[in-house]
Amino acid sequence: MRQIISILLENESGALSRVVGLFSQRGYNIENITAAPTEDNTISRITILTKGDGTIVERITKQLHKLVNVIKVSSHEENSVDIVGREILFVKVKAIGHTQREEIKTLCDIFGAKIVDITQDQYILQFVESSLEVDRFLKAVGEQAEVVETVRSGVCGIFRGEHSLHT
Amino acid sequence: MEKLNGAQQVVRVLEDLGVNLIFGYPGAAVTDIYNELYDSKIMHVLARHEQGAVHMADGYARSNGKVGVAIVTSGPGATNTVTALATAYGDSIPLVLITGQVATSLIGTDAFQEVDTMGVTRPVVKYSFLCKKPEDIAKNLRKAFYIASTGRKGPVVVDIPKNCQNRNYLFDYEPKSDVSIRSYNPTVFGHKGQVKRAASALLSAQKPVMLIGGGVVQGDATGEAYKIAKKLNLPVISTLMGISGYPTTDKQYLGMLGMHGLYEANETMHNSDLIFAVGTRFADRATNLVSKFCPEAKVVHIDVDPASISKTVGADIPIVGDARTVMQQILDALDEIGKEPADLSEWWQKIEVFRKKNCLSYHKSSDMIRPQEFMETLNMVIKELKIEPFITTDVGQHQMFSAQYLDFDKPRHFLTSGGLGTMGVGLPAAIGARFANPKSPVICITGDGSFQMNMQEMAVCRKHKLPIKVFILDNSVLGMVRQFQSVFYDERYSATNLDGNPDFVKLAEAYGFKGIRVKDSAQLENTIRAVLQSPDEFILVDVITDINTKVMPWQRANGSMIDMMLNDEENN
Repeated sequence: MRQIISILLENESGALSRVVGLFSQRGYNIENITAAPTEDNTISRITILTKGDGTIVERITKQLHKLVNVIKVSSHEENSVDIVGREILFVKVKAIGHTQREEIKTLCDIFGAKIVDITQDQYILQFVESSLEVDRFLKAVGEQAEVVETVRSGVCGIFRGEHSLHT
Repeated sequence: MEKLNGAQQVVRVLEDLGVNLIFGYPGAAVTDIYNELYDSKIMHVLARHEQGAVHMADGYARSNGKVGVAIVTSGPGATNTVTALATAYGDSIPLVLITGQVATSLIGTDAFQEVDTMGVTRPVVKYSFLCKKPEDIAKNLRKAFYIASTGRKGPVVVDIPKNCQNRNYLFDYEPKSDVSIRSYNPTVFGHKGQVKRAASALLSAQKPVMLIGGGVVQGDATGEAYKIAKKLNLPVISTLMGISGYPTTDKQYLGMLGMHGLYEANETMHNSDLIFAVGTRFADRATNLVSKFCPEAKVVHIDVDPASISKTVGADIPIVGDARTVMQQILDALDEIGKEPADLSEWWQKIEVFRKKNCLSYHKSSDMIRPQEFMETLNMVIKELKIEPFITTDVGQHQMFSAQYLDFDKPRHFLTSGGLGTMGVGLPAAIGARFANPKSPVICITGDGSFQMNMQEMAVCRKHKLPIKVFILDNSVLGMVRQFQSVFYDERYSATNLDGNPDFVKLAEAYGFKGIRVKDSAQLENTIRAVLQSPDEFILVDVITDINTKVMPWQRANGSMIDMMLNDEENN
């Protein structure tokens, strides 16, 4: 079971390394991670996608909360309806000849991806969706065309409705 | 506002916080601070190794509850402290370590004596600060003391680059400021509903037991623990770190549990229906295999660290909060409920049967001193002389024997490295304890292996005329590892023979101390008495002990609490 953990913490030197260090030190998994300051630049927000059952995730969140510089921690199942989670994917593919270029374009239309760069024989595709959907898109692209390079941002998540990590 | 330079601010903050003693070792990156210490009222104790300095601060903190302070230089000075920081972290001891750092302009250039101190120490400290500008110094030091001494206590590092200490840069010194950290607010009071549930559970339990950990000692909660135990007639068991948290001579006290715990302690735990656990983290050496741990017991778990609750052993009634405060709340709740506790006479009858096993009995040997014999004799002489010494240990067989046999009726009098199990902590911790308690006798019980890991600190004892008594239980081997090899590795004694040991008596003499060697059981008692009756001098006693004695009881790995090997006639 994958979980999205959201962390608000003091934007101080070593803040990110404490969080990452905790995961490696205690043998927890990081599938992906994003970190950036919030609208208040003294506070950073980190989103981590991790693997583990409920007990493990409870332990992780407790340990995270114990870090002196962590202000708030919250966790949700990856596909929970309570959270909007998105990742950005760039994938550079070979796109040679009219037929293949059309096929890739159709695929992008179906998934709602964008072509953001074009050369004579390559496309760069941009896709923003949940991590699972990004996996599906990447698989579909791989079946259509030769993938040259990919980069994913890691997940960014925010709660739906009134609930908020900032209070 | 008063203008001071960075180095002056370091010293002034320490003075303002009431620090009157620091342990350390100078070097290029802290020379400005040392220059200011020269005129300060703060006493500085020069260790002979940075590890020793931090262990001294640790022993100081363990024995009096104040924050221990140490200062070292950058690079090797800082890396030498890592084991001592981890030792303090493992047992939640409040320390502040000031480390020098290369100038901010040189950070990241692999400069001389540069090391990423924040990075190297991160997993073994509660928190750490890098002062990027001089103005950070006072603020960060105050935060460091606050963090070290609140919640679950622990060591905090403050890394101060050389240029931030600059003598020529003067800036405003804010004499006082309240520390508040929005991301750090330890819970003090227990949840009222949970406290009530715990109190009811205690009243209705038929086979309850109180388990005290280091949190009871470090949290100054021994009085409350005693009151609850007396009110409810509870059997009391302690972890290694909990020793001295409850008077060990009290008849309700059953001793230490765990791997080398007492038979009656482990049996009582296993058979209990309610464990009232305070300030313990249910470490692996205490519980044996968690899935077989105390099958019938419900667990009330009080701890200031939420992450320690249900980390290994699941808690039925978790209460996050300060040990002392929460136990007082429980006392109040017991009064409020006003019910008589369940009659425990049957439970106590059962426990008395466990006790009759007399698991610490052993056979005296005619030709060699047995470690148990040493412990019993020392304990007896201490009682006879009516002294209340602080006793530090190192790590190994002598540590377990000390935990099993010695009595402590006052908290903070037993100083041992439980979590990390650091050999070499005994002598420097004794030095710290003596500085913290200049009128109390201090004894260091060590092994011939452990003692050699920090014996250079005898120089500090010489310089400051510290009348510490060191007893080396000298069997010429690494006894605890050898015990494993003897039982689990067909007596293949790989690398456990300490051939090449120095003559410890002559070593003591080289420092100007009296050294005594005891080989004969017949002389043991008189020697110990004579040594303890010499309050003004450092004495080292080399006690030659039996090589084959094993620490028993001994839990079988991956078993329950009661899967224990006991003294067998042939070996012990």
